[in-house]
Amino acid sequence: MNSIIDKQDRKLALSHILVGYFAFLIGTFCGLLQVFIRNDAIELPNWLDYYQILTAHGVLLALVFTTFFIFGFLISGMSKTLGTFGPKTRGFSWIGFYLMVIGTTMTTVTIISGQASVLYTFYAPLQASGWFYVGLALVIVGSWVLGFSLIGHYIVWKKAHKKQLSPLFAFMTVATIILWVIACLGIVVAALFQFIPWAFGWVETINVELSRSLFWYFGHPLVYFWLLPAYMAWYVVVPKIIGGKVFSDALARLSFVLFILFSIPVGFHHQLTEPGIESFWKFLQVVLTFMVIIPSLMTAFSLFATFEITGRKKGGRGLFGWFTKLPWRDVRFTSIFIAMAFFIPGGAGGIINASFQMNEVIHNTMWVVGHFHITVGTPVAMTFMGITFWLIPHLTGRKLTKSIKKLAFIQIITWAIGMLLMSTSQHILGLLGAPRRTSYTGYNGNNVALEWFDGILSNHVTMAIGGSILFLSAMLLIYIVVITCVASPKATTEAELVEFPIAESDPGATPRFLENWWIWIGICFALIAIAYTIPIMDMIQHAPPGSTGFQTW
Amino acid sequence: MHRLEEIWMTVSVGILIIFMAIVGYQTFSLGMGPPSHAETIDPQKVEETAPFDDPGVKKIGDNEYEVVMTLQSFAFNPSNIEVPAGAKVTFTMTAMDVTHGFQLPGTNINAMVMPGHIQKISHTFDEPGEYLIICNEYCGVGHQAMSTTITVK
Repeated sequence: MNSIIDKQDRKLALSHILVGYFAFLIGTFCGLLQVFIRNDAIELPNWLDYYQILTAHGVLLALVFTTFFIFGFLISGMSKTLGTFGPKTRGFSWIGFYLMVIGTTMTTVTIISGQASVLYTFYAPLQASGWFYVGLALVIVGSWVLGFSLIGHYIVWKKAHKKQLSPLFAFMTVATIILWVIACLGIVVAALFQFIPWAFGWVETINVELSRSLFWYFGHPLVYFWLLPAYMAWYVVVPKIIGGKVFSDALARLSFVLFILFSIPVGFHHQLTEPGIESFWKFLQVVLTFMVIIPSLMTAFSLFATFEITGRKKGGRGLFGWFTKLPWRDVRFTSIFIAMAFFIPGGAGGIINASFQMNEVIHNTMWVVGHFHITVGTPVAMTFMGITFWLIPHLTGRKLTKSIKKLAFIQIITWAIGMLLMSTSQHILGLLGAPRRTSYTGYNGNNVALEWFDGILSNHVTMAIGGSILFLSAMLLIYIVVITCVASPKATTEAELVEFPIAESDPGATPRFLENWWIWIGICFALIAIAYTIPIMDMIQHAPPGSTGFQTW
Repeated sequence: MHRLEEIWMTVSVGILIIFMAIVGYQTFSLGMGPPSHAETIDPQKVEETAPFDDPGVKKIGDNEYEVVMTLQSFAFNPSNIEVPAGAKVTFTMTAMDVTHGFQLPGTNINAMVMPGHIQKISHTFDEPGEYLIICNEYCGVGHQAMSTTITVK
């Protein structure tokens, strides 16, 4: 089946993706400036500050690009697998879209005008303009409206298909949205009850530890909100591209259910070196963090099983013969394969970060920056790139030309090389003790700090070379996005249409209870209650006098 | 489940459990857990509250020292500290304004120092030399300049 999705749904999805790429354009440019400032190669004009750029880089790439792109992908996949949206679903989706756009604009304006150099974690008592927090809250509310409209679409389908399991893509979309809505509760509470009243001066002080804990209650599942749509492409799209089937429908669904359960009650592993949280509770959440590794291990197995089964069917022999039979010349596959490969060291680094006392070795060092550039910055981002190559032509009804395919190859290869250079030097610099989130500094010529500038890989120059390659790659991607949007030739026949690859998945042996969402939501809240109730009560009851706001930038 | 998958999951989950056991043992039996001090303080009245009314290096026992320290954008007080080699040094710290970090590259000392909370971290400096102390949590426009040293003699 090579049918294209409904025109109006395409417009909705495309709007999200293009806003995402606009944020990507500005965000990656900020990244380019950062690597040069850190190695003292450029100096900013005095109306612009390193931390302002760093805030914009984090907010625009980690929050705005990801969220808009993800919803663009989910919308098109839901329309593809469950059918064209009804007027209500579509109407609410547009409302969600505009709320997110308004929120993003408000936030960006406060950052550019220098009223919000608080970085994307906005730790109190650094105090941004109140509109910064209002803008972020609007983005979240918009994403909720969008999320619920997609769930509405799913409910309509379920009513029309009683006793049927939903298609795998739709199931995974619903799981991702459930995760997102529950995760955002933390930041919504922090914004409405702590940051907004405090930033507008309605209350004088803020409970710092509580605000950080609420942020990380949101902050860790946030990374799974980025990762799950990438996993959706790995589970559902990739097998189709390589000419195979989903390895196991039940296993795929089970892994997404496990993500709902275990990705939320783990936020303390970002706060391991903080006072005010007892060791026992930190350790409990470290254990739960290790639980969330399990569905990723299941995913790794399923994917390589699909690769091997498909490769052998195509005649691959011996232990690794199947590997050479994979469609390496297909950029839709190769991009996502590279993305997966980066997630192996990315995931392993994550286990190190979460390993309690081992965290002291790397906490707040450049290692962490390296870590999220080989998790969200490559596995997630490059999967999104791999999706972009076919999704935009699919949405615009244009052809995916040979020259664009070539450019796409250059784009992903340069991204991989740039990221390898940059993240390797960041990891090593971090182990040597170089801190993250700092403008250029030699700490008054201190010997320890000088060492950070003279290794071959452990060098800020290597980082800058990597960063420059990444920026060129990003610009190439923007070019591909623009060309496939407006300039590629229109597909005129059915065969020329670029397909939305959805692999076959056999739900025959899948237990029904996997789709009983209330069970999973119930267990999820129970785990959250176990992991958070006592320490949060403690933070409120034994809170020190609150902190007033500071603008130290 | 597929047989190979059972093996894969059993082995990998087994490894995770071994990790957990080691980390747990180190934390609760050897006291190696990351800094998690519980005491609080009024962040508006740090300078009037003991021990922070008198920051500095104090000898508290045989070959044991306490460094009472306040962190403020963008300085450590006291700065340029000296301690004898082989001494156990406990840093008792709090923040006067925003949240700061306390890190000594080359050691495992890495702690968050937050307003309203007292943080403690101990270390025995066996190797003489000059150690760099830096703030590793973004605290404002001068964050990259927030540093001092500790000299072990």
